Amino acid sequence: MENLLKVIVITLNNQRYGINVQQILSIEKMQEITRVPRTSEFIKGVINLRGETIPVIDLKERLQLETSEPTNQSRILVIQVDAVTVGLIVDSATDVLDIDTNEIERASEMAGIVNEKYIAGIAKRAEELLLLLNLQTILNFEETEEVIQLEKVEEE
Amino acid sequence: MNTDQYIDIFLDESREHLQAINDNLLELEKDPKNLSIVNDIFRSAHTLKGMSATMGFEDIAALTHKMENVLDQIRNEERSATTAIVDIIFASVEALEVVVSDISNGGDGKKDVTALVSAIEGIEKGQDAVDEQVTQDHTSNSFEFDDYQLEVISQAKGQGYLALSIMVKLRDDCILKGPRAYMVMEKLESLGEVIQTMPSVEEIEDGNFDQAFSVVFVTKVSEKDVQATIENVSEIELVSISEISNVNSVTTEEAIKIEEAPSSSSQSVPSEEKQSQKSKTIRVNLDRIDTLLNLFEEVVIDRSRLQDIANKLNNQDLVSVVENMSRVTLDMQELMLSMRMLPVEQVFNRFPRMIRGLARDLGKEITLKISGKETELDRIVIEEISDPLVHLIRNSVDHGIEIPGVREEVGKSPIGTVELRAYHSGNHVFIEIEDDGAGINREKVGRKAIEKGLLQEEQAKRMTDEEIYQFIFASGFSTADVVSDISGRGVGLDVVKNKIQSLGGSIIVQSEQGKGSKFSIELPLTLSILSALLVQVQRETYAIPLSSIVETVSLSKDDLMFVHGQSVMDFRGKVIPILSLSDIFQVPVESLGTNQNYNVVVVQKGDKLTGLLVDELIGKKEVVLKSLGNFIKDVFGISGATILGDGNVALIVDPNALIQD
Repeated sequence: MENLLKVIVITLNNQRYGINVQQILSIEKMQEITRVPRTSEFIKGVINLRGETIPVIDLKERLQLETSEPTNQSRILVIQVDAVTVGLIVDSATDVLDIDTNEIERASEMAGIVNEKYIAGIAKRAEELLLLLNLQTILNFEETEEVIQLEKVEEE
Repeated sequence: MNTDQYIDIFLDESREHLQAINDNLLELEKDPKNLSIVNDIFRSAHTLKGMSATMGFEDIAALTHKMENVLDQIRNEERSATTAIVDIIFASVEALEVVVSDISNGGDGKKDVTALVSAIEGIEKGQDAVDEQVTQDHTSNSFEFDDYQLEVISQAKGQGYLALSIMVKLRDDCILKGPRAYMVMEKLESLGEVIQTMPSVEEIEDGNFDQAFSVVFVTKVSEKDVQATIENVSEIELVSISEISNVNSVTTEEAIKIEEAPSSSSQSVPSEEKQSQKSKTIRVNLDRIDTLLNLFEEVVIDRSRLQDIANKLNNQDLVSVVENMSRVTLDMQELMLSMRMLPVEQVFNRFPRMIRGLARDLGKEITLKISGKETELDRIVIEEISDPLVHLIRNSVDHGIEIPGVREEVGKSPIGTVELRAYHSGNHVFIEIEDDGAGINREKVGRKAIEKGLLQEEQAKRMTDEEIYQFIFASGFSTADVVSDISGRGVGLDVVKNKIQSLGGSIIVQSEQGKGSKFSIELPLTLSILSALLVQVQRETYAIPLSSIVETVSLSKDDLMFVHGQSVMDFRGKVIPILSLSDIFQVPVESLGTNQNYNVVVVQKGDKLTGLLVDELIGKKEVVLKSLGNFIKDVFGISGATILGDGNVALIVDPNALIQD
């Protein structure tokens, strides 16, 4: 029993993904996002989260998936990884699941829709395969910064 | 009673009173005849004495007590405020500061103050020694009654009550005077009615008195019983009771002779002032303010939702209520934001005395000019910036300013000047320390840097003065060897630089040999409030710091000119470049302006002007600068974000980045 991992299930283009609940601070409804110019495409801007400004990323864009306009099911998942607080735009946040860690397999064994470096593992469940996202790589700083740097160079 | 819980308040208030004494002493030095200043100093010393005795810090109490005695003599014009006296009081204040900081660092507040105490006693000697015995007749210290109290007393007497004047003296070793006095008061109130006290009841119960306090009391119980009741309270040394007889006399002051402590006469005055001060300020934990602020931001968001709903429902009553709420919350917001901020004055205030002391020690004459002390900084920055500033000012005084003889030789006024300035500029606060001393010797610094292996000889030749000067901030680089031959205090400027950098700031030094040096500290406004002009670009709102704005101009299409593909305009006879915010920030174009007029915000950096083209000017607003978070770093032309009244985020423009050098 002690080998259970609690995850929040989100959907991106009708595919379900799991995110470790420990990394999630809150789930917010969509709200006005202020665009920040000259940043990476997937950084949609900043929002006011109870008096603090936090950046918001379109998770689908970050994972190089097909993007779409937000609906009223869309949510901003506020996550915290290594002292960085970021909002992730997802199509919906639906369930909370307990996953037996023994059922999680390494991502390399599965070819997925998403680049495997962003996948921490795959949970085999009776009715589905749940992709567990690796937030560390998704928010990989160096890479992100490189992108910003590149863009800056191009502009200047 | 455990006094631990009061220690923070004690420390804060002690520091305030020491600062007040300090400021007033400097004033007194300029104007030694001004007795009202002496009075102010006396009051501060007196309060300090009371507080420290209550808290059990006997050394502070002993020293302040002596200070009080001398001040009392000055106040009563028994002697004048000579430099010797001012010096000894300054020395005492310094000693007290040491004790207070020792206590705040967890020390026991013990310090050998006997040398100072006897020095003060030496001054005091030769005068009518102020008798510490409380049983001394001071007719001028008696009670003064107002009409109402006279009426009460005479009525009470008419009904067979006794009107008594009671003086209670506590034992010298009584530590908790407040609670003791409270017990006395409580006993008294069970027997009759207290008409008047000296000092005020609050002061008595706070323990803010010498060993004795006095009470006017009406009762049906006999004098003896009252005396016995009071004496039941422990740690009472003496109770003296006399009956008030002649209350109908207009000159009650003469009619009622009671025994009073020598210094109590002043207490009725400070007690009133103290009360009014108390009602003006309270101390609040910073965390609470932050929490309050964050909670409030949520209220603001809900308010804007409510606004939307009200508009949708089109209910006039609701709309007007929401409108009123908007106004109120907006005011509240500004108020709350301002609570975190403190004027830099808090730090600057310690410098006049420091300079005075240093100048005296070094045999120099120095004037300190301070400007912009009202500049507000976040409390945290204020606390952190103090030490670096002390180091820098010491440097200027010690190594910068020459001794008067040398100054005259090189044709300067013998009196050196140190200027301390603070101001907001763009999204930064600048603090500058400038002296008109010897300046920095480029040769020496360069040589030292080469010696230390920080620099190659070739490089040194190519570097500008400013670049060379930066080496004085290198670690292990003794300024004493570099700047002057006067021995340094061993304070490394590298510490200063590190501290400033840890606050996200930077420091540069400019200098001209023989003319002086200027240290400029630039601190980010990360935690500051700034005034900004809100502008609209298409559908986006941006805030431009007011401090960078020269003015706003409405420009017709025809006034726009092009030079080498760069749009420019004529601004007061000068051709200045125009930048379109919409282009710079790649704002999605919703509608092409059909306007024949443009709004241009003219901003400046140094003497360079640039016009920023915007769609609309919204208005001025105080905004709080928030960082974009560490995920998004260094966005070109943006210094941060702020949350607007409607809960939305607006980006703050960094005009300094936009203006081309």
